[in-house]
Amino acid sequence: MQEELFTSGRNIPHIDPSLEIWHWPISVYLFLGGLAAGLLLFAGLVTILGKEKEYPTPVKYASIITPIALSLGLLALVYDLTHPLYTWQLYTTIRLESPMSWGAWVLLVTTPLSYLWVFSYFSEIFPKRNLKFNFLKNFEKFLKKNRKNMAYALIPLSIILGVYTGVLLSAFNARPLWNNAILGPLFLASGLSTGAATIILLSKTAKEKYLFSKIDLALIIIELGLIVHMIMGMYAGSQVQLDAMNLLIGGEFTLMFFGFVIILGLIVPGILELLEIKGYKVPVAIPAILILIGGLIFRFVIVEAGQLTRYLY
Amino acid sequence: MRYAMVIDTLKCVGCSDCVVACQTENDVPIGYCRDWITETVDGTYPNIVLELKSERCNHCDNAPCVRCCPTGASHIVDGGIVLVTPNECIGCGACIQSCPYDARYQHPEGYVDKCTFCHHRLEKGQLPACVSVCPTKCMYFGDLDNPNSEVSKLLKNRKWKTLAPEAGTKPNVYYLI
Repeated sequence: MQEELFTSGRNIPHIDPSLEIWHWPISVYLFLGGLAAGLLLFAGLVTILGKEKEYPTPVKYASIITPIALSLGLLALVYDLTHPLYTWQLYTTIRLESPMSWGAWVLLVTTPLSYLWVFSYFSEIFPKRNLKFNFLKNFEKFLKKNRKNMAYALIPLSIILGVYTGVLLSAFNARPLWNNAILGPLFLASGLSTGAATIILLSKTAKEKYLFSKIDLALIIIELGLIVHMIMGMYAGSQVQLDAMNLLIGGEFTLMFFGFVIILGLIVPGILELLEIKGYKVPVAIPAILILIGGLIFRFVIVEAGQLTRYLY
Repeated sequence: MRYAMVIDTLKCVGCSDCVVACQTENDVPIGYCRDWITETVDGTYPNIVLELKSERCNHCDNAPCVRCCPTGASHIVDGGIVLVTPNECIGCGACIQSCPYDARYQHPEGYVDKCTFCHHRLEKGQLPACVSVCPTKCMYFGDLDNPNSEVSKLLKNRKWKTLAPEAGTKPNVYYLI
């Protein structure tokens, strides 16, 4: 038996008895960042493949959500900083070893680009509204011409953004639950899945719903596979990783993780989408909303549970 | 120059003098601490082993906090001391998440703060405050690159351990056991 305690009465706010430096804004940001990455990737892909006419939702209506999601996400991030007046220090340096530095720079490029993207569709989204100034009209025309170029930039940027939400966590070797290489691809897959779900929700044509249900089903299967890999990898790991996994399996996060993330957030919507693809009538809003809620809860579970795992004490 | 601290767990009585000295010397805000004492009891009565340790930032050679800092506020200076520049720190908490020793905290003013090995005292040729006040003289401070320094000799002649070496951080606070 071993018992360890602080005799000098250590009780530092947010660190003892359990670490809680990162609160709900981080989970919300990771969700919104993943969602935006998914929406941007689909918008870019559809544009490059030249299928804007057939699939208008990902390029037009869903892309209105992207800048809103990114801006809210950025606000959430800054809200969780404790020295926010110095945020500009992020942009005085490029630190290749720090995932957060990568994220800050990618967001600096991607957020304005997502606004420009929506602006290039302004007349098509709001056909009754006229741009008042000539230079705005010219600017829209210029953006319209460069849509393909924007799309080429958006694809790598959105993938980095989606992976970054996971790598941000997996780079911390002091939090054993986070410290596994699968978290990056897992968060990317989850982000793409929430993006596809949003497109299904906003879409008005059966053809589009069919395609994105298929894409979403594939992403759900990939996600389930990656989760199995994560669990197996952790169980083959060291004691701290075993302890971390026990939080999710047979610990205080079991219900949240298996009930809400895996069953309600992945398996049930997966089955519903499969039925829909097979031709049964399923209201597509149900799986789409389940995926969005499941994705949000997934971020909360990983962020909260990860902070309970540590090496000492 | 490679600074290291060596702490003799067989001599430490857990009086917390080092903790108070640090708080006074460095104006640590009330309720916070840059160093602390742990008491570890192994075994069941009557076969028990007690170990007392004064713990702090380990000023790791492979410091994860420096690696993940997005602004470069966390950096390593001469002698391997890990420092934080308050005016470059945005308070994102990445370094706190990355520290296996939980040695960092958010100062009430927002930036992240931690043990500096009393860098300002070393510049004047003095020992860190915690080392200088220890009543049992169980703490030693010096240069590991110099084979004749007290710390080098102690590590050569005594059994020692570091905390959580499996975290791969190469810590520079050694505990004689």
